Amino acid sequence: MSNDNRSDGTDGAKRGGIIGAGVPRIDGPDKLSGRANYAADNLPPNLSYAYGVFSTVASGTVSRLSVEEARQMPGVVDVFHHGHFPTLYRSPSSFAQGNKVEETRLPFEDERVYYEGQFVALVVADTFDNARAAARRVKVDYSAESAIANLEQGVQAHGTKKGSGNHARGDAAANFDGAAHTIDVTYRTPVETHNPMEMHASTAWWDDDHLTIFDASQGVVVARNALSKIFAMPPERITVHAPYIGSGFGSKLWTWPHAIATAAVSRELGRPVQLVVPRPQMFTTTGHRPETRQRLRLATDASGKLVSLRHESINTTSFTDQYVETCGSVTKSLYSCPNLTVSHETTRVNRGTPTSMRAPGAAPGLFALESAVDEMADAAGVDPLQFRLDNYAERDESQDLEFSSNHIVEATNRAAEKFGWANRNPEVGSMKDGREIVGYGMAACNWEAMKMACDARVSIRADGTAFASCATQDIGTGTYTIVAQTVSDVTGIPIDRVTVKLGDSSYPDGPVSGGSWATATTLPAIAKAARAALDEMKRYATGDNGAFADSEADALEVADGGLRSADGTQTSFADILKAARYGSADGEAHTDAADSEYSYRSFGAHFVEVRWDPGISRLRVARVFSAIDVGRVINETTARNQVEGAVVMGIGMGLFEATEYDERNARPVNNNYAEYLVPVHADQPEIDVILLDYPDTKFNEYGARGIGEIGITGLAAAVANAVHHATGKRIRELPITLDKLMEDVPQARSA
Amino acid sequence: MRHFDYARADGTRAAIQAHGSDDEAAGYQTGGAAYLAGGTTLLDLVKLDVMQPDKIVDINGVALDEIERLDDGRLRIGAMVTNTALARDERVTADYAVLSQALLAGASTQLRNKATTGGNVMQRVRCPYFRDGVSDCNKREPGSGCAAIGGVNRSVHAVLGTSESCIATHPSDMCVAMAAIGATVEVEGPDGKREIDFAEFHLLPGDTPEQEHALKPGELITHVVLDAPMQNARSSYLKLRDRQSYQFALASSAVIVTLDGNTIRKARVALGGVGTKPWRAPEVEAALEGKQASEALFADVAKRAFDNATAYAHNAYKIPLGQQAIVRNLVDLTQSVDPTAA
Ligand SMILES: Cc1cc2nc3c(=O)[nH]c(=O)nc-3n(C[C@H](O)[C@H](O)[C@H](O)COP(=O)(O)OP(=O)(O)OC[C@H]3O[C@@H](n4cnc5c(N)ncnc54)[C@H](O)[C@@H]3O)c2cc1C
Ligand code: SF4
Repeated sequence: MSNDNRSDGTDGAKRGGIIGAGVPRIDGPDKLSGRANYAADNLPPNLSYAYGVFSTVASGTVSRLSVEEARQMPGVVDVFHHGHFPTLYRSPSSFAQGNKVEETRLPFEDERVYYEGQFVALVVADTFDNARAAARRVKVDYSAESAIANLEQGVQAHGTKKGSGNHARGDAAANFDGAAHTIDVTYRTPVETHNPMEMHASTAWWDDDHLTIFDASQGVVVARNALSKIFAMPPERITVHAPYIGSGFGSKLWTWPHAIATAAVSRELGRPVQLVVPRPQMFTTTGHRPETRQRLRLATDASGKLVSLRHESINTTSFTDQYVETCGSVTKSLYSCPNLTVSHETTRVNRGTPTSMRAPGAAPGLFALESAVDEMADAAGVDPLQFRLDNYAERDESQDLEFSSNHIVEATNRAAEKFGWANRNPEVGSMKDGREIVGYGMAACNWEAMKMACDARVSIRADGTAFASCATQDIGTGTYTIVAQTVSDVTGIPIDRVTVKLGDSSYPDGPVSGGSWATATTLPAIAKAARAALDEMKRYATGDNGAFADSEADALEVADGGLRSADGTQTSFADILKAARYGSADGEAHTDAADSEYSYRSFGAHFVEVRWDPGISRLRVARVFSAIDVGRVINETTARNQVEGAVVMGIGMGLFEATEYDERNARPVNNNYAEYLVPVHADQPEIDVILLDYPDTKFNEYGARGIGEIGITGLAAAVANAVHHATGKRIRELPITLDKLMEDVPQARSA
Repeated sequence: MRHFDYARADGTRAAIQAHGSDDEAAGYQTGGAAYLAGGTTLLDLVKLDVMQPDKIVDINGVALDEIERLDDGRLRIGAMVTNTALARDERVTADYAVLSQALLAGASTQLRNKATTGGNVMQRVRCPYFRDGVSDCNKREPGSGCAAIGGVNRSVHAVLGTSESCIATHPSDMCVAMAAIGATVEVEGPDGKREIDFAEFHLLPGDTPEQEHALKPGELITHVVLDAPMQNARSSYLKLRDRQSYQFALASSAVIVTLDGNTIRKARVALGGVGTKPWRAPEVEAALEGKQASEALFADVAKRAFDNATAYAHNAYKIPLGQQAIVRNLVDLTQSVDPTAA
C-alpha cells in the first residue's frame, strides 16, 4: 500500500492506528443476536396495524370505493381513503431546506391514480393478518385510462422535459463532423428496484401532540423536517428514530407516502400504528432507479485523443414529480475534452416517482459512457486501457478546477497489473479455456465527494467511557463503528468504552446517509466535538481543586485515557472528573459543508473477466479486480465490504436486474425476490479490491472521501466490455441476459 | 390471511376424511380443502390470496416419510419425504443420479428442507399473472383470459404444450427427472386407492388450464414409485438459467442413457422449463437408440423435441436453449468414462 503521503489528520491526538484499522462492527453483536430493533420491531402497547389497498390500474381515477364489507371484518378499527383522511399539507420538498420528499403528492390527496401499487385506501386493524384480510375486502372501482408504460411510450405520447445538471463547453457538434474517428450509439438501462432486505416500515404514535415515529429512514432529520411541514407543526414536536436500517440503497433517503399515512392515522385513532410495505409495493411506492435512454456521440483525432463528446440522456419520471437521473454527471469531468455537451431530459410514465439508487446518475451513466469509450477506442484502433490513460482529465474541465487529489492513473495501472491485462489478446473470441470463451473488459469508476454541514456531541464520562451522538444513521455500512473509532482516536479512550448513538432526530443535526458523504461529513464534526470535550476536560483539570490546578490547559496533553502535564504527571479522565465533581466533560461542534476551492471526486478502475460457454449459453463473471482511490480508508473491513458489495450489485446490474413492466398496462410483473433477480452466492466471482488510501486532506481533516457508491459505477460497463471481447456482441441494453447473446433465436410465432 | 379451518391428521384415512371431497378441484382456488405438506407453495399462495381454501388439512403427522425398495426393484417414496432427504438418499444417489441432481438444482436449501415429494409434484405455476391475483388468468379464474400471452413471458412460460388458454411452464425440476425415470403415483381417496402413471398425472392446459392433474377431489398422494433403475445407466440433470442458483429453469434436461461401446442402447430424455408439464421427449429417445453417440447426432435429434414448439414474444430463445440442454447433457454423459461419475 502506498501510504507515503499519509497525513496525521487530527491535531493533538496520537494516531494509535485505530483510523484505518479493520475494527469489527460495534453493532454486530446486536444485529446477530436480534437485539437490534428495526422500525417494525417496535411494538408499543395498544399497537394497531395498517395494511394498504393498492391500485390495480396504473392510470385513472377511483370511481367507487366500498368499505362496508371490510369494516365488518374481524378486528378492523377503521378504513381510511380519500373521503376519510385528515387534511395534511405538502412539504416544499427542498433539499436546501432539508425537507425533501421524493413523491410530493400526499397520500389520499385526491382520487387520481398515477401508478399501479399506489395507496388508495388503508385498513387499520388489531393484527397484521386482520388488517390484510380486510384490505382485500375493500372493493375499488376505477375509471381506468390508458397507461404510459415505458420510456418509448412516454416520449411518443408527450415528448420530454428539460432536466437539471446540464453542461456544455466548446462546440461538440462542429468538432464531431469531420473528425478522424466517430461513434454515435444509444444505450438503454431498465428500471431497477432497490430491494433492501428490510422492507419499508413505520411505527408511529402520538403523546400530547408529540409525534414519535420509528421509520426505516436513511435521514431522520430530513424526515422530521418534512413531517413538520406535512403536519404543520414545529419540528421540536416530532422525533424520528432509525437506530437500525436493514439497508436502503437510496430508497429510504426521503419520506414516502406510507410513513406519512401511518403518522396521520395514528393521530386520528389516538393509538400507535405500524405499517410494513409489502414486497410487491416496494416496487411501486418507494422509488426505483428509472429507465434511461442515452445517446453517446464521441469523436477523436487520428491519434485517439477525444475532440468531441456528447452524452444526452432521457429518463422516465412520474406524473407527479420530476426526478432527473443525471447520467452525464461523471461525463463532464472524467475525460479531457474541449468540446463537450451533457444534457438530461425526462419523460412522464405511469410509475411511482423514481429516487436515488446507489450511485444515481453515475451507475447508468457510466454503463453508457464506459461502454462507449470502449467502442470509441475500438474505432480509433487503440487498446481500451491505453485509450483511457491517454484521455483521462488532469483537472476538472467542467468547473475549471484542480482535483483535490486524483490517483486514477495509478489505480488503473495497479488493477491492470494485478488482473493481468497484459495477457489480453485483443482479438474478439480468441481466448479460450475448454468450452468457455474468456473475455477481459475494464472501465473507470468515478463518484463525486461531498460533505455536508454537521453537528455532533461527545461526552467523556466519569466512569471512563465516552459517548457520542449525531442524528445521522448507520444503514449497515459501519457508521457506528467509524464514529467510535474517531472518538477513540481523538480521546485515546479504547473503542470498547465508546458508546455511539445515531438515528434519532433529537440528537445534533447530522447528514442523510447517502451520496457517500456520511463519513466525510460526520467524522470531522465528531472529532471537533471530541476535542471540545477535551478542552472542557482541561478546564476542569486546571480549575480550582483540579487535578492539574497548577498547570495551564495548553500545557496538558492527552495520553492513555487521561491528561499528562509537562513533568510527566498523568491523571485519568475519570479522576479528573471525580476531583472536579463533574459527571462528564461535554463538547458540541458544528462543521461546515465542503468549500468549492477544488473539484472533489473519487476515482478507480474495474477489471473484469467473464466466461461465456456458447454450448449452453452460460455467461458468468469469473473475476473482478478493482482499485479504488477514495482518500483515506477509515476502516479497512467496512470499506472493503462496501466495494465488494457494490461490485456484486454491479454484477446484478450488468447481468440480471430489471423491473419488467407489462407494456399494455404499466404493471410491474416480477415484483418479488424470486423473480426480480439479483446475484446469489453461486454467482460471486473472485473479487480483489485494492484501496489506494491517499488521504485527501484538502477535503477534510481525515482525508476520507466516502466509499459507498463508487464501487458500482463502471462495473456494468466493464462486464459489457468483457462480454464484447468474448462474444463480439456489443450489448447496449441492460441487463446482459443469455438470450441477447444467443445465435439463431427464432422469430416468435405468437405474442 | 383469511380465516380457515385447520385440522391435523395422524393417518391417511383421517386426512382423507378431514379433507372430504366436496371441493370441485382439490383445493384449487376458492373454498374447498387443501392438504398442507411443506407449505412452501400453499402458504405462499394463501398469503397472496391466490389460493383461498376454507380448510387446511395438515398431513405432517401422517407417516408417509419412508423410502423403500420394492421386491421388483422399484423405489417407493413416501409423499412426505422431503426434497432434501430424497436428494441425499443413497439409493437415489446410486441409482437415480438424475433425480438427486434435479432436486438439488431446485429452490434453496431452506425450501428443500421443507418441500415434500407430494407437494413438489403438486406445486403450482410461477406465472406472475397467476400469482398477482388481479390479471386475467384462465387458471385462476377460468374464462377470464390469459394475460401472459401478449404480456411478459420470457422466463416461466413454455414453448411446448401451450394452448390459447395457458402457456405457463410446470416449474418443477424433480418432476422432470421422474418423467425421465418413469414412475407411478399412488393415491388414496374417499373411494380407496389407485395408481396413476406419472406421465398421465400432469395435464396439458388445453382449454381447461384450471385442471392441472389427474387427482379426483379429496385424493391424497401417498407415494411416488420410481421404475426400477436401468442397468448400467448413466444419468444427469442439466439446468440452465440466468443466475447460477435459486431460479426456476429457463430450460433443463433430464437424461438417462445406457451405452454399448459408443452405441446408445437406451435413452430417456425429459425437459423442464420449456413445457406446460414435465416434458418427456420420446421422439428424441427413439432417434438416439441404436445410434453412435456424437455431438452432430445430438444436435440433430435435439431439434426434434421442438418441432411443434410455439414461441411467444419473449421466450423464443428457449427453443435453442432447450436443445443446448439436451446436447450438452448427452455429450457429457456419453463422454464420461465412469458411468457413476455423471
Ligand atoms: C422461492 C421459491 C423458489 C423455488 N424454486 C424451485 C425450483 O427452482 N425448482 C423446483 O422444482 N421447485 C422450486 N420451488 C417450488 C418448491 O419445490 C415447491 O414449493 C415444493 O416442492 C412444494 O412442496 P411442499 O411440500 O412445500 O408443498 P405444499 O405447499 O405443502 O403443497 C403444495 C400443493 O400440493 C398439495 N399437496 C401437498 N401434499 C400433497 C399430497 N400428499 N397429496 C395431494 N396434494 C398434496 C397442497 O394442498 C398444495 O396445493 C420453489 C419455491 C419457492 C417458494
Ligand atoms: S399462462 Fe396460464 S397461469 Fe399464466 S396467465 Fe395465462 S392462464 Fe394464467
